[in-house]
Amino acid sequence: MKMVSLTIDGRPVEVPQGTTVLEAARQVGIEIPTLCHHVDLSIAGACRMCVVEVEGNKKNLPAACAQPAMEGMVVHTNSPRVREARKVVLELMVANHPLDCLTCEANGNCKLQQYCYEYGVKEATFTGERRRYTVDEGNPFIERDMEKCILCGKCVRVCHEVQGVGAIDYTERGFDTKVTTFMDNGLAESPCVSCGQCIYMCPVGALTAKPSKGKGRDYEVEKVVTTCGYCGVGCQLAFNVKDDHIVGVTNVPDSHNQGYLCVKGRFGYEFVDSPDRLTTPLIKENGEFREASWEEALDLVAQKLGEVKAQYGPDALAGLSSARVTNEENYLFQKFFRAVIGTNNVDHCARL
Amino acid sequence: MTNSIEEIEQANVILAAGTNTTEAHPVIATRVHKAITRHGAKLIVIDPRKTEMASWAHIWLRPYPGTNVAVFNGLLNVIIAEGLADDEFIAQRTENFAAVKEAVASYTPEVVEKISGVPAADLVAAARLYGQAERGSILYTMGVTQHTTGTEGVLAIANLALATGNLGKEGTGVNPLRGQNNVQGACDMGALPNVFTGYQKVTDPAVREKFARAWGVAELPAEVGLTIGQIIDGAGEGKIRALYIMGENPMLSDPDINHVETSLKNLDFLVVQDIFLTETARLADVVLPAVSFAEKEGTFTNTERRVSRVRRAVSPRGQAKADWEIIAALAARMGYEMNYEGPEAIMEEIAALTPSYAGITYGRLEKGGIQWPCPDKEHPGTKYLHKEKFARGLGLFNPVSYKPSAELPDDEYPLYLTTGRILYHYHTGTMSRRVEGLNAIAPTGLLEINPADACELGIEDGEVVRVVSRRGSITPQVEITDRVAPGVVFMNFHYREAAANILTNAVYDPISGIPEFKVSAVRIERIEG
Repeated sequence: MKMVSLTIDGRPVEVPQGTTVLEAARQVGIEIPTLCHHVDLSIAGACRMCVVEVEGNKKNLPAACAQPAMEGMVVHTNSPRVREARKVVLELMVANHPLDCLTCEANGNCKLQQYCYEYGVKEATFTGERRRYTVDEGNPFIERDMEKCILCGKCVRVCHEVQGVGAIDYTERGFDTKVTTFMDNGLAESPCVSCGQCIYMCPVGALTAKPSKGKGRDYEVEKVVTTCGYCGVGCQLAFNVKDDHIVGVTNVPDSHNQGYLCVKGRFGYEFVDSPDRLTTPLIKENGEFREASWEEALDLVAQKLGEVKAQYGPDALAGLSSARVTNEENYLFQKFFRAVIGTNNVDHCARL
Repeated sequence: MTNSIEEIEQANVILAAGTNTTEAHPVIATRVHKAITRHGAKLIVIDPRKTEMASWAHIWLRPYPGTNVAVFNGLLNVIIAEGLADDEFIAQRTENFAAVKEAVASYTPEVVEKISGVPAADLVAAARLYGQAERGSILYTMGVTQHTTGTEGVLAIANLALATGNLGKEGTGVNPLRGQNNVQGACDMGALPNVFTGYQKVTDPAVREKFARAWGVAELPAEVGLTIGQIIDGAGEGKIRALYIMGENPMLSDPDINHVETSLKNLDFLVVQDIFLTETARLADVVLPAVSFAEKEGTFTNTERRVSRVRRAVSPRGQAKADWEIIAALAARMGYEMNYEGPEAIMEEIAALTPSYAGITYGRLEKGGIQWPCPDKEHPGTKYLHKEKFARGLGLFNPVSYKPSAELPDDEYPLYLTTGRILYHYHTGTMSRRVEGLNAIAPTGLLEINPADACELGIEDGEVVRVVSRRGSITPQVEITDRVAPGVVFMNFHYREAAANILTNAVYDPISGIPEFKVSAVRIERIEG
């Protein structure tokens, strides 16, 4: 593989040919701000937030995400010219973006907000016409507020390139450009599979998780990394927890699922707090269940299992373990049947 | 899976058989999609239904339900006939090829077309594509296994991979996508009637001795126990008198539910441990409330053998307890102490007794999941299996032949019924059907029927019909769609009010004990008025 050497902010870097300046900078720990870039999506070069200054290039400031690293290149990622250009990029975005951070779901987890803070963009300096769109609320999980969209296109790319669904795309041109569904009919009428990959990608508050609305900002929740409890892919995800309740899910990009989830993994946690949950042991008497204490219920189970074993032998007992519970619990369950009851009559639904 | 999820992107050809991946394993489907669109991989889909995967496929083979084995044998027939077999791999790494070569000799494309309905030319094209692949990866799920000949189906797949050298290297493999979150782990942990942890056989005296010593008991039972289907039958016959069910719902998930119900009602004592009062729990004498995975610590093992941590996010609801705590408390009452500080201590015991998990500790899992085999604490885990040699040394070819499904359509029950999952619900729906948004998108279990059949029967989209099999009948709503071929109807099994397993046939693969969910015969009746 042919290698190229370049200098970024005074630091020498050697990378394989074809590497972008953005990737080369990351390799030596230099973070360049981005809005439209994602490591697993095609390069768009749309937002211009990642512009850098390349010595000898008087013409323009290239986008680091799309600019290949070249031999001998001398790059400045944070020069005054670069900072000024990024500030103008942000001012142009803010000119057509509601400054409603007070109530925005993305507050504290919004790259536009973060960069405006970093680059000192306080308010819209450009005035003019603003977009007016109604919020698409038809899907039970995904809310789309296109007035907040900065047209980075990551949602479009993830939907097409990763999910293979293509429920959304750009329509119109110029100022009227908008990300929307077929015939602007809304997500509910589209082939959308509610995976929420678009929410994961959205750098601002344009795409948000409806079930999490009003239940806590990103900085208010504790994030507990765990393994999804639905299918055998075993996706890694983080539950957002506030006041002992799950209020949302955060992606875990550094995982075999690359942060991607499906509709059940991302939105299917509500059952944990279902009023139908069993909260106390139940004993059936005369065909009806009544509540019981753990002491009473466990005593009864131990007694009954013991009686059957004494009367009919251990092989008259059987246990169905579970593909839903943990390894440790499956281990104990088969140990219980083999060591305590004395039978190999233990199975689970692997066959179903 | 012999190989890893990420390796799917490295395959040149993906052969996906009986897997509705976009719905049943959605995030794995993203890897398939990227393999095709980013890396130029070709996709062959073998499925009687026109799934999303079938729409992505370069070649889609649509066999009649239950004819997989003929199709797989046909593929191998063409691969051998056209000189596409990997002779070097066969010579160095395998044995018994001659027997398989002989067994598939009669499965010419024309013969296979007669059995399966797959056009001979399509079969040849698919065989050439897979046979010529530098890295061919086979994905399959229960569309292959849930047949009375499921074992033959899996063996026929293994024969294909062995004959083409698509094992023991990256981006290849025989990759069953396991269904439930911890079905792999439950098997690894010995929640099976014939093995302890890590598939150590109960019939091996040395293994029993090892576990008996570790567990501090005089001896352990030597006879292989009963499978789930045999346990249900045993309950019906009075052979099984007491049953302890933890986190399972056979009243929706098992074939021929009416039979399951009579059997469970025949028990002297039934205890069910679950997070909800399921259809099964309603039949119990005692119900013990367990916590969900969000309320406890532990590990799950996924389909690529990756052991990952489960962490407690919220406190137990009500008085519910973790399953491990309940089992330990019950054991103590029956005179056997299980004193564990927590799941981490249990994992230490598992690692000590299980060679493939020997190197797994909670400390190491903090840095991310580890794929077994992980034989010691320095071992990084195993991305793909069978690299230098197979577990048994040489890879064994097993000749198999096609046998028809146990119940085929006839005059009385003229349609094939095949069952499966949908994206928006999971298994018996105990969790997913308690999520408002999922119910809003998928409120009811639909019967998929081809427009031609619907027209002949005079039924309309959305109409409620009666579906009748030899076991019982249900009344689902109809969805008219060409996802199913004429003569075939499909139902998922997630909905108790339209429980497909009232209809399914409780016949099992004699080796795996898997029921034939994918093929039974039904008829459809219009409901008057």
